[in-house]
Amino acid sequence: MLSIGLGHYLTLAAIIFTIGVVGIFLNRKNVIVILMSIELILLSVNINLVSFSIFINDLSGQVFTLFILTVAAAEAAIGLAIIVIYYRNSGTIRVEEIDSLKG
Amino acid sequence: MENLEIILPEIFLSLTIMFLLLFGVFKKNSSKLIYNLTTISLIILFALLLNLYQVSDLSIFNNSYKIDSLATFMKLLTIGSGIFVMLTSSRYIEINNINKMEYPILILSSILGMMVMISSNDLIVFYMGLELQSLALYVLASFNRENLLSTESGLKYFVLSALSSGLLLYGCSLIYGFSGSTNFNTILENSSSGQYGITFGIVFILVGLAFKISAVPFHMWAPDVYQGSPTSVTTFFAVLPKIAALSVFIRFLYVPFAEMDDQWQMIIIFLSIASMIFGAVAAIGQKNLKRLIAYSSIGHMGYSLTGLAAGTNQGIQGSISYIAIYLVMNLAFFSCMFMLRRNNEYYESIEDLSGLSKNHPLLSFSLLIILFSLAGIPPLAGFFAKFYVFMAVIEQKMYFLAIVGLLSTVIAAFYYLRIIKIIYFDKEKEKFETDHHLGLKFTLAVSTIFILAYFIYPSGLTEIVSKINII
Repeated sequence: MLSIGLGHYLTLAAIIFTIGVVGIFLNRKNVIVILMSIELILLSVNINLVSFSIFINDLSGQVFTLFILTVAAAEAAIGLAIIVIYYRNSGTIRVEEIDSLKG
Repeated sequence: MENLEIILPEIFLSLTIMFLLLFGVFKKNSSKLIYNLTTISLIILFALLLNLYQVSDLSIFNNSYKIDSLATFMKLLTIGSGIFVMLTSSRYIEINNINKMEYPILILSSILGMMVMISSNDLIVFYMGLELQSLALYVLASFNRENLLSTESGLKYFVLSALSSGLLLYGCSLIYGFSGSTNFNTILENSSSGQYGITFGIVFILVGLAFKISAVPFHMWAPDVYQGSPTSVTTFFAVLPKIAALSVFIRFLYVPFAEMDDQWQMIIIFLSIASMIFGAVAAIGQKNLKRLIAYSSIGHMGYSLTGLAAGTNQGIQGSISYIAIYLVMNLAFFSCMFMLRRNNEYYESIEDLSGLSKNHPLLSFSLLIILFSLAGIPPLAGFFAKFYVFMAVIEQKMYFLAIVGLLSTVIAAFYYLRIIKIIYFDKEKEKFETDHHLGLKFTLAVSTIFILAYFIYPSGLTEIVSKINII
């Protein structure tokens, strides 16, 4: 019988984290996808913290998770607002066309 | 009951933010008034902090918030430069139509975030401060919302900074899991070099912090954000977040990770060498002054990290002196940029400086001093900054680091001297306007005199800094 231990949770979190980071760099289409990738990264951290918190029997990890959830919500709100004003100015949110600043 | 007096500055600042926010909502057209109130409240905050300077090594809230000489000095630097940023940019935000009432409030809330960051002695408190600072900075970068460049720089800063926060947070979760606590002192007790989890955590946290300080190879946001955002915000970006990030760097390296210096020393040395060389080489071909100063600030961050790599108190003090002198030089440079105005338009390309000395001898002379100081030519303040850092490094027998640093100083001198050549020897252009805001003139005068006269009494700064002993 396979029992689920700390290692499984950490592996899951590491996989989700990697998907998030790769999603930011490989994505060429849409800024919204980047926003989702950032959300994935933050959620993988939450999985990490909650499972650590259970296994070392210490509550502060779960408190940390609650803080991260609220901050992630605020960050998504600000990110969407910035995307909206950017769209108004340029008419596109395709990642490869965001290149007026370079040098 | 906790001793709440020692966080009086933070409490005052948060109440000010809430008051100004309500005030701005209920009173129409109050942006000018709120701007001035913000400057005044920053000055009061400075006084409150000076009052705390005698307090040493106190920690409150279960040892998660620390007031020591490092924290107080860095906060004083942050708020002092905040005052000067406010003084220099009032005319700029009026002309560029960004004098909304939210602007100064966002600056205040990011300063509050920096203060929390600087004092934090716990991963949770540190993260909250960092996010408060960066959420306000995202909005500030894209504050000129009708301008394509400003919104694009805000978008880029948001994506990269959120990514770096994510990396940093992943590191925090690993550190928490393998040491069993979020408190810096407990992490120090519970961690040992053998644990791979802790090593991974250190690497992730250093990557996240290097993003915030714009050290190579995590610098790619800096030039775009500096160029795109309004110049008043660029001034803010170039100075305040660096101070906060550097003090967090010091706190992380020398409190929770102090026992593992064999793990992080190589990383810091790599970051500083790469930043010094890249900052010197990449700035050579630039045409935009803001972009150029972004590359130059990458290089300067490399020099200040050099001091941290030494791993001694002297090195830390060298870094702190470096950042103090760096912020004065940057404030002076940006005040010069605010003076390049003609018919309500600001100029920011290097060619616009051509022949400046014929029409504006005084402005050209202060630019000359500032650029010489940025290049590190004695006897100006910039030379002493580099001197302190390299002395600390040489005393630890890290000659390679010192040699690379000196070589990149020589390369960097090229592009500073090129600007001086353009100012003094190229064909003159139309005159710029000369009626400037009093605060702007005051800032330029004070900072230039500081740079010029630093060598007369250098122990003024070194005596204050030498009281900061972390190790």
